[in-house]
Amino acid sequence: MDQFYGIFLYIVALLTMGGIYAILTLGLNIQWGFTGLFNAGIAGFLAVGAYTSALLTTAASERHIGGLEAPYIVGLGAAMVTSGIIAYVIGKICIRLRSDYLAIATIGIAEILRLVVKNETWATNGPRGVSMVPKPFETLPEPYNQICFLLLILATVGVIYLLIERARRSPWGRVMTAIRENEDAARAAGKDVERLRIEAFVIGSMLMGLAGGFMAHYLKFIGPNATDPLTSTFLVWVMLTVGGSANNKGAILGAMLIWTVWSATEIFTSRLPEELAIRTAYIRIFLIGLLLQIILQKFSKGILPEQRPGGQSTAAGQSTLAGRSTMAGSKKDST
Amino acid sequence: MIEFINFHLIPGLVLGSIYALGAIGVTLTFGILRFANFAHGETMTLGVYFTLSLIILTGLHPLVVMPLAMALTTIVILGVDRVFYKPLRAAPTVVLVMASFGLMLMVRSAIQFTWGVQLTSLSTGIVKPYIFFDALRISPKHVMIIIATILLMLVVHFLLTRTRMGKAMRAMADSPELARLTGIDTEAVVRMTWIIGTCLATAAGVFLAIDTHVETLMGYKLLLPMFAAAILGGIGRPYGAVAGGLIIGVVEELSTYAWIGDGPLLNPGYKAGVAFAIMVVMLIWRPSGLFRGRVF
Repeated sequence: MDQFYGIFLYIVALLTMGGIYAILTLGLNIQWGFTGLFNAGIAGFLAVGAYTSALLTTAASERHIGGLEAPYIVGLGAAMVTSGIIAYVIGKICIRLRSDYLAIATIGIAEILRLVVKNETWATNGPRGVSMVPKPFETLPEPYNQICFLLLILATVGVIYLLIERARRSPWGRVMTAIRENEDAARAAGKDVERLRIEAFVIGSMLMGLAGGFMAHYLKFIGPNATDPLTSTFLVWVMLTVGGSANNKGAILGAMLIWTVWSATEIFTSRLPEELAIRTAYIRIFLIGLLLQIILQKFSKGILPEQRPGGQSTAAGQSTLAGRSTMAGSKKDST
Repeated sequence: MIEFINFHLIPGLVLGSIYALGAIGVTLTFGILRFANFAHGETMTLGVYFTLSLIILTGLHPLVVMPLAMALTTIVILGVDRVFYKPLRAAPTVVLVMASFGLMLMVRSAIQFTWGVQLTSLSTGIVKPYIFFDALRISPKHVMIIIATILLMLVVHFLLTRTRMGKAMRAMADSPELARLTGIDTEAVVRMTWIIGTCLATAAGVFLAIDTHVETLMGYKLLLPMFAAAILGGIGRPYGAVAGGLIIGVVEELSTYAWIGDGPLLNPGYKAGVAFAIMVVMLIWRPSGLFRGRVF
């Protein structure tokens, strides 16, 4: 019986983290899947959200600023707002340039944020991080608190899914696809391409900030080295491409699937002898990288391909990635 | 004043040379293959670890085994191009950026798996600095790095301006379609781009390792300054990348000098942010860079 209880708790934990990653992946789907914006600094937005929510909701402490004991809803809301503001500033600077510049700028801002968190010890407790972050439902008895938290995450994923799905079918979503597929045509049709792109970038980043807030509450801790920034950014990318970019169901499926594989292999490698365990940890990253390359080359549509509103899927024989070539091609001509 | 030159200006020039060598590769790949190569830093790390292994095997000086390490790294990178980038050549360039992002982690984890993550160094022992005019102190390794950088840059200059391949490369950077129409073997140009970029990245990595130490994250830490240098100089402009690298290296070191009052102007913890700040200013003010490169 105890064994089943352990497995049950493991599955709850797996689904909770998978759900948090699903929020991140849905955020990236708005940016990359719908609009074609390359965000290489997901970990940065995650950290902004995590710190914002953690600092607002913890009890007062001499080690860091904040400590307002604010309700969760305030902390998570603030997490979304700060991520959104940072995304707006970055977007304003480099959204008119090609995606490569956005990729460089976002990876840069993620690094800068890490430096700030590390160096401004008075505000963030530096490398030691913020601990004792409150967790919703933690006063409930043992399995119920975990289950309630999981339900909260799953409900959030559900609400976000419904909202984005609605947005995707709305004129707004269709303009986004138009921008991704043929920017010049969208511009010629009188759409304010830059503003719409910034909107998509900000909304996506706000979701990433929200996921960061949830992560801080779930782990009850946030520090500059809590997660390897590149690995978490990269995992989200793999989740979206595996699941199927521009497909919201695919984003959630990919997040759950890749997170399961990722944490299951961790159980496996951590049981190996220590020397071997450290080394096989690198093989995991290598293999997940290889998986991305195979998907990019052979299965660029992902498990669930993009569905166009109105029923028909992406035009026959034209993969999502091939669809993007028109955009890149037209950009090339215009320079 | 002399303290300023010894501890800020000269280290700045050394760091700038290293950035410059790395940035040439970034700017050439961006200009010719048309994507921002996130794996360039790991190319650098790989070159350093090949050099480290060769030093352990032969016991020779880093600069002696460096050409062989360059060759080994180039073989690996050409293999990577063949397997991972070539099938995506027809795809939009942003897919290549994604592939390079994945390769950054793949190459790094392969290095960490093969060589482990312990901090090591290429050479041991403390060498006394040269002292000029009783006050100007330059460490021999800094002299060596600066001279070797100048020599490498002369080689690149000769390659780009005096050889047919160099002309083909510059033609392709200006317009790939026109280059193809005039009968330039674009695949050969792509190979040459990787060869030059990889050799210079290896050199930059080895110089950095001589100046500091060897670690698996050393290349990644240089990625942002190299991108910043390439953008500052203008994408596709090798000379711009050199100027950009030197400027960023010097500004980074000068930012911690006590210009006002006693303490450093900028908390040394934020030194890595200087390159980013310069890059952001360039993207707002002049995305084409100082040398009027391409804007994509």
